[in-house]
Amino acid sequence: MSHLLLVGSRKGLFVVRGSGTRWDIGAPHFVGEPVTQVLVDPRDSTWYAALRLGHFGVKLHRSADQGTSWQQIAAPAFPPKPEQGEWADDATPWSVDLIWGLAAGGADEPASLWAGCLPAGLFRSTDRGDSWALNDALWLDRRRRDWFGGGYDHAGIHSVLVDPRDSKHVTVAVSCGGVWQTRDGGASWQLSAAGMKADFMPAEREEDQNIQDPHCMVQCAAAPDVLWVQHHCGIYRSIDGARSWQPIAAPAPSGFGFAVACDPADPQRAWFVPAEADAKRIPVDGAVVVTRTDDGGATFRAARTGLPQSHAYHLAYRHALDVAADRRTLAMASTTGGLWTSADAGESWHCVSRDLPPVAVVRFAGA
Amino acid sequence: MTTHASLAENATTTRCTVSVEFARSLRRHVDCPPQSVDPGSLREVLLAALETAPALVSYVFDDQQAIRKHVAVFVNDEMVQDRVRLDRRLEGGDRVLVIQALTGG
Repeated sequence: MSHLLLVGSRKGLFVVRGSGTRWDIGAPHFVGEPVTQVLVDPRDSTWYAALRLGHFGVKLHRSADQGTSWQQIAAPAFPPKPEQGEWADDATPWSVDLIWGLAAGGADEPASLWAGCLPAGLFRSTDRGDSWALNDALWLDRRRRDWFGGGYDHAGIHSVLVDPRDSKHVTVAVSCGGVWQTRDGGASWQLSAAGMKADFMPAEREEDQNIQDPHCMVQCAAAPDVLWVQHHCGIYRSIDGARSWQPIAAPAPSGFGFAVACDPADPQRAWFVPAEADAKRIPVDGAVVVTRTDDGGATFRAARTGLPQSHAYHLAYRHALDVAADRRTLAMASTTGGLWTSADAGESWHCVSRDLPPVAVVRFAGA
Repeated sequence: MTTHASLAENATTTRCTVSVEFARSLRRHVDCPPQSVDPGSLREVLLAALETAPALVSYVFDDQQAIRKHVAVFVNDEMVQDRVRLDRRLEGGDRVLVIQALTGG
């Protein structure tokens, strides 16, 4: 079976097709432009590509014919910043700098999309991206004032998970602003980061749910109460729909990283791409590994076969790891332009390219 | 065929209107040929010129309807410093040029 993989990079969108050790990189779309997020809508196979034009702001494009043609559609944008009232002095710009997370709504809401942005506005479209509306309930929650940037100047929303059992139940992760959930389609939100610990904060604030830095959050499709987070300070797992989080002991060679992917059917299995540490964002000993747990995080194995093991300084961004629907095919890409695939659930890896632009996101169609 | 009458008419139009031109770096995303629009505030002039290419508006203005920080606007030979109010009055014969400010690599 041939897989379809979208690779969003600093210099364009690449469409990669193949399987096993045979993969073909097609001609780039939006060549030269930064592509920060992509979405293949599982409900109608529509493609979405988010661009961050250096001079001209964020743009969103949609394709109904697998990239043969693209249509520029509305991009999320903030409403006018109030000139009076409690948000008049908001230090966060009310202007979208980056579309960081894109998610399809539920199967019962076929035109619904969610977009997580930086600054940390959450936007919703009910017309396949023809228009967007800011979720006021989250943006105007006073606790947002305590959020702060993790790597960027301002906080951002990078992970948006729609519960496959209930489209009104949405969980988002904010760097740095914890994990938040709505059960009423976004009318109200609750903090859901209990159990996470930020060891870079003053001791009194380490367990403050509202300042946690989840780098990436994923959800098991078959068991949606199981979620995984690669956090700034390690790995966390929830088995109760994010009501509580359990820390996972740091696996060898490191528990630090950005990306996480989880098996869509097996709630015990997940993959991570470790880097050495916060202050040293390179593979441990210059050797790239992908770690996998098959037992809910109790133990891990580090795969090295097929990955560069000497003087390799690749970092995988938070969206640069994905698993296909077959549960065995994976893709992983790096900030220095490496793209690898695995056909055996991450036991061994095949290098597709070492020469791509820095990669922000890899996403399988139909995953 | 160009006649003396139409040349005179064009000259009159140029004197009475503000010309607005968008640089190729913008037009490669959304094309918008040079426009001649009525005098008014700089914001009114820009928005009038963009009426033929509404998709270009978000390239020039940010979410708060200020000129994007990496876009530069010239009135005649002078770069406009105010990106927010855009209330400077433009008269017939003024020329506006919108370009990409050079940044990054």
